[in-house]
Amino acid sequence: MSNLFLLLQEKYFLPANFSKMFRFCFIFLLLCCAGGYAQSDSTHHRDTVKAVLLEEVIIVGDRPLRNKTNKPLANLEQYLEKANAVNMIRRGGYAWEPLINGMATERSVITIDGMRIYGACTDKMDPVTSYVEITNLEKANVHSGQAGSAGGATIAGSLDLVRKKNTFGAKSLKGIAFAGFELNNRQKILGTGINWQSPKTYSSIDLTFRDADNYKAGGGEEVLYSQFTKYNMSAIAGFKIDEHQHIEASLIYDHAVDIGYPALPMDVSLARAYIGSVEYVRHHISSSVHQWQTKLYFNDVTHVMDDSKRPVVPIRMDMPGWSKTAGFYSRVEGTTGGNNWKLNISGHHNYSLAEMTMFSNTPDEKDMFMLTWPGVQTNYGDLYGEASLPVGHNLKAVLSAGLALHNNLISKESGLESLKIFYPDMSRSKTRLLKRFSATMQYNKNHWLLDAGIAYGDRAPSVSEGYGFYLFNSFDRFDYIGNPGMKNEKSVSVNGAAAFENKAFMAKLSGSFFYLTDYIIGMPDNGLSVMTIGASGVKVYGQLKSAAIFNTSLDVNYQLTEKWYWTNKLGYRRGTGYGIGNLPLIQPFTYASAINFKVKAFSAELSMNGAARHNKYNSDFGERALPAYTVFNVMASQRVRLAKTSLQIKAGVENILDNNYTTFSDWNRVPRMGRNLFINLVVVF
Amino acid sequence: MKLLNVFLLGLVIVLFSAGCSKDKDPDPINETEGLQLVTTLSNDNHKVNIYTKSGKLQTGYNEIFFQVKDAGGNLVDNALQLEWMPVMHMSSMSHSCPASSISKKENTRSLYKGFVVFQMAGSDMEYWELTIDYSVGGTAYEAKGNIQVLEASKKVVQSFLGSDEKRYVLALVAPSEPKVAVNDMTAVLYRMESMMSFVPVDGYTVKIDPRMPGMGNHSSPNNIDLTQGTDKLYHGKLSLTMTGYWKINLQLENGSGTVVKGEPVTEGNEGSSIYFELEF
Repeated sequence: MSNLFLLLQEKYFLPANFSKMFRFCFIFLLLCCAGGYAQSDSTHHRDTVKAVLLEEVIIVGDRPLRNKTNKPLANLEQYLEKANAVNMIRRGGYAWEPLINGMATERSVITIDGMRIYGACTDKMDPVTSYVEITNLEKANVHSGQAGSAGGATIAGSLDLVRKKNTFGAKSLKGIAFAGFELNNRQKILGTGINWQSPKTYSSIDLTFRDADNYKAGGGEEVLYSQFTKYNMSAIAGFKIDEHQHIEASLIYDHAVDIGYPALPMDVSLARAYIGSVEYVRHHISSSVHQWQTKLYFNDVTHVMDDSKRPVVPIRMDMPGWSKTAGFYSRVEGTTGGNNWKLNISGHHNYSLAEMTMFSNTPDEKDMFMLTWPGVQTNYGDLYGEASLPVGHNLKAVLSAGLALHNNLISKESGLESLKIFYPDMSRSKTRLLKRFSATMQYNKNHWLLDAGIAYGDRAPSVSEGYGFYLFNSFDRFDYIGNPGMKNEKSVSVNGAAAFENKAFMAKLSGSFFYLTDYIIGMPDNGLSVMTIGASGVKVYGQLKSAAIFNTSLDVNYQLTEKWYWTNKLGYRRGTGYGIGNLPLIQPFTYASAINFKVKAFSAELSMNGAARHNKYNSDFGERALPAYTVFNVMASQRVRLAKTSLQIKAGVENILDNNYTTFSDWNRVPRMGRNLFINLVVVF
Repeated sequence: MKLLNVFLLGLVIVLFSAGCSKDKDPDPINETEGLQLVTTLSNDNHKVNIYTKSGKLQTGYNEIFFQVKDAGGNLVDNALQLEWMPVMHMSSMSHSCPASSISKKENTRSLYKGFVVFQMAGSDMEYWELTIDYSVGGTAYEAKGNIQVLEASKKVVQSFLGSDEKRYVLALVAPSEPKVAVNDMTAVLYRMESMMSFVPVDGYTVKIDPRMPGMGNHSSPNNIDLTQGTDKLYHGKLSLTMTGYWKINLQLENGSGTVVKGEPVTEGNEGSSIYFELEF
C-alpha cells in the first residue's frame, strides 16, 4: 500500500504529508470501519411525484437498475444537471458551478449534509459541489425558492448534498471497488470503499481517484488546459449511545491538483478541502417530538490559482484564496395533532481571504500585491421553521419561515483601506436582517397532484459582490469591484405544478416566476481604469430596480411495456433585468429524451438531448447567439452476481455523432466534449 | 499569576518614570531618538550635528534636524536667528536650492528642524556645501561643511522650465510610506528667482495621474489634485490600488488654470514629462 502510495506521490507530486495522512486514514478505516454498501436494491426508484413537487431529489448513490440516466461513475455535476431546476456553468472539465432556477451561487445556498461551505476562489472555480465525490453521496435535494430553506437565506433555492449513511444493524463488512475509463480525455477513475456495521457502531470509508487529460471537442479539436487530477477521501463513523441516541463523526478530504480551466486565463494548481463534522441525534423524544439532531462542523478550503502552465500571458500572477467556516445547526422534528413540523436553529462563521500577486515583467521591480477578498468575516445566525398542515381531506398547506442575522466584517486593516479607495466612508462592519417565508397549497386526489405556492425572501450580497477588489471576469472581460453599501436583494415568487401519475404514465408540468427587486449585478463604470491587462472596462456591483425570471419544465415518462421505458424532459427559462434587457446565463428551450430497455440484469438506453437556438442573450456580459444542437448517446449495462459479489459493467458512447457544440452555460463558449467512449465497472463484495 | 506580576512591574515602571520626568527636563538624548546622524559641521565654538531619519541626504525633499553642542559637549538650546544656505558648487557655476526656514521642533529643548529640497546629487567634481548661521547670546556664528547628497532611487523631485519661462522645483513630501489605500499626498513647490533664491509658489494646482506602467499603465480612482493648504504645502489624495511600482504623472497648473508644465496621459501619450515615482 505504502509503495503504491510513494509511486503516486512521485507521479502526481503529492505533498509528503499527504502520504502520512492517507496512511493514517487507512489505519483508521481498518480499525473502526464497517458495513454494507447497504446496496438497497429495493429502494423505490422512480421519481416519486410527491417528493418531486416540493423538492427535486437527485439520487446519486445506490442507484437502482432502472434509473439509468447516468453513468455510475459520472462526476457529480453530470448528476445534478439532470434536475429541472439546475443548470451547470462549465469553465472546463472540472468543478462546474450550479445555477438554480437560472441563478448562480450567490443566490442559492449549497450545503453538504446541512453544512455551509464557502468556496475559496474569487472566480467561482470551486463551488461547494466540487469538493465531494459521487461516492460520498446518497442524494441531492433541490428546493426551489424559499421553501425548505433550512440551510439559510436564499433567493433561487437550496441544494443539499446528502451523504451516504449506514445504519446500525447485524454485523457485516462490505466493500466496493470501481474503475472507469473515458476514451475522449483518457480519464481514469479508480476507487474503493469499505462499510462496517454492527448493532452498536457503523463506519465507512471510501477513496476515489480521477485523472483526466485534455478532452477533445467534436471534430477532434483538443481543448487545451482541460485536464485535472482529483483525490477524494470520505469517512464516517457512528456510535450508538442507547436505543434512541447516537453520535456520528464524519470527514471529507478532497484534494485536486493540476486543474485546467480552458475558459479562463488561469488554472488551479491546488484545490483542497477538509470538511468535518460531529453530530448528535436523539430519536423518540416524546410522542410529538420525533427527532432532535445537532451538528457541529468545520471546513477549511484552500484554492491556488496560477498561470504557470500558460506559455504566453501579459503578466505572471498567483491568486490564492482561503475560506474557513465553522458552524452548527440544531433541528427538531415532530408531529402535533397531525401537523408535521420542523424547527431549525443554525449559525456559522466564515473567513474568506484572497490575494493576488503579479510579477512585473521589468526586472528588479517589486511584485504587485493586492487583497482581492480583504479578509471578510461572515457571521450568520438563523432561525427557521416549517410546518405541514392538513387543511381538508385532500388538501394540505406547507408553510415555512426563516429569520436570519447576517453580519460582514472586514478583519484586515489593509483590506479595509484598499476598499476605502472606492468607498471612503464605508464602515468595517455591516449587519443585515434577512427574512424569508413560503406558503404552498398541495392538492392530492386519485392520480393527480397539484400545488401552488408563493414565497418571499431576501439575501445579503456575496463576499465578491460586497467586497471583491478588481476581480476579473473572463467572460465579459471586465474587472469587478464590490459594493459594500448595497441593500438586500429581495424576491417575490410564485410557483405551481401539476402532476399526473398512474401505473405506466407520469407527467409533470411545473413553473415558477421570480420577481426580484434591488437585483445585484455588475454595472460598467466608464470613469474607472482597468487593472487587468486587456480588460474591456470596470464594472461595479450595483442594483437594478428589478429583474424577472421565469422557469418552466415538463416531464413525461411512459412505461411502454415491461421492458421499455421512455422518459422525456423539456425546459425553458426566461430572464430579464430592468434597463439591461436579457439576463445572462439563462437557459433557452432544451429537451432530453431517452428510451430504455431492460430485461433481467441487462439494460440499454438510447438518449438524446439538445437545445434550441440561444437568442435571448446579453452581449454586455460576453454572450453571443448560439445555434441549436442535438446530441445522441447510447449505453448498455449488465449486472452479474457471483455468490456474494455483484459486478456491474456499463459502457457506452456519448455524443455519438461527434458534434462540436457549446451551450448557454459554457463559459467563454468553450466547446463541449466530442465523441466519448466510456466503460465503468463496479464490484460490490 | 505571571501576567499579573508583569502588569504590576509595568505599572511601577510607568509611575516611577512619570514621577521623575516632573522634576527633570526631557532627556536631551531622547530628542534624536529615531534619527540618524548624517554629518557634523564645526566651528571654533560649536559642533552642529545633522540628522535625518535615514542618516542620508538624497535628492528631493529632506526633513533635516540638527543640534548644536558647545565645546563642553553641552547642548545649546538658545540658538537664535537660525538660517541655512545649501550651495551646489559646479565646475562653471554655483546655485542653491529650496530650503525652509528653521525652527525648534515642537516639544523639544534643543532640536532644530527644517527641510531642504536638493534638485541634484553631488559627485566627486560637483558638491553640495551647507552653511548654517545662528547666534547664541548675541554672538553670531557660522558652521559650514560639505555634505553628501545621494541620488534617490526613485524620481521624487522635478526641476523644470515652465511655459511661462519660469523655473520651478516640485518635490514629493508624502507619502513616505505608501500603502494600498487612499494616501495623503503632499508636495512642495518653489520658483527659482535667481541662482541663489527660491521662493514658495502660492495658489497653483498640482494635477496627479498615478499609473502602473508594468500593468498596462492603468490608473486608480478617486485621486484628488494637490492644492495649497494653510501650511503652504500642497496637499491632495493619492489612491494606490496595489503594491509595486507607480508613476505619478504630474501637470502644474497656475492660478489662472493654465498648465505651465506636464501633459495629460492619453492613449498616445504614456506619461507626462514631469512625474514622481513610488515603489513599495
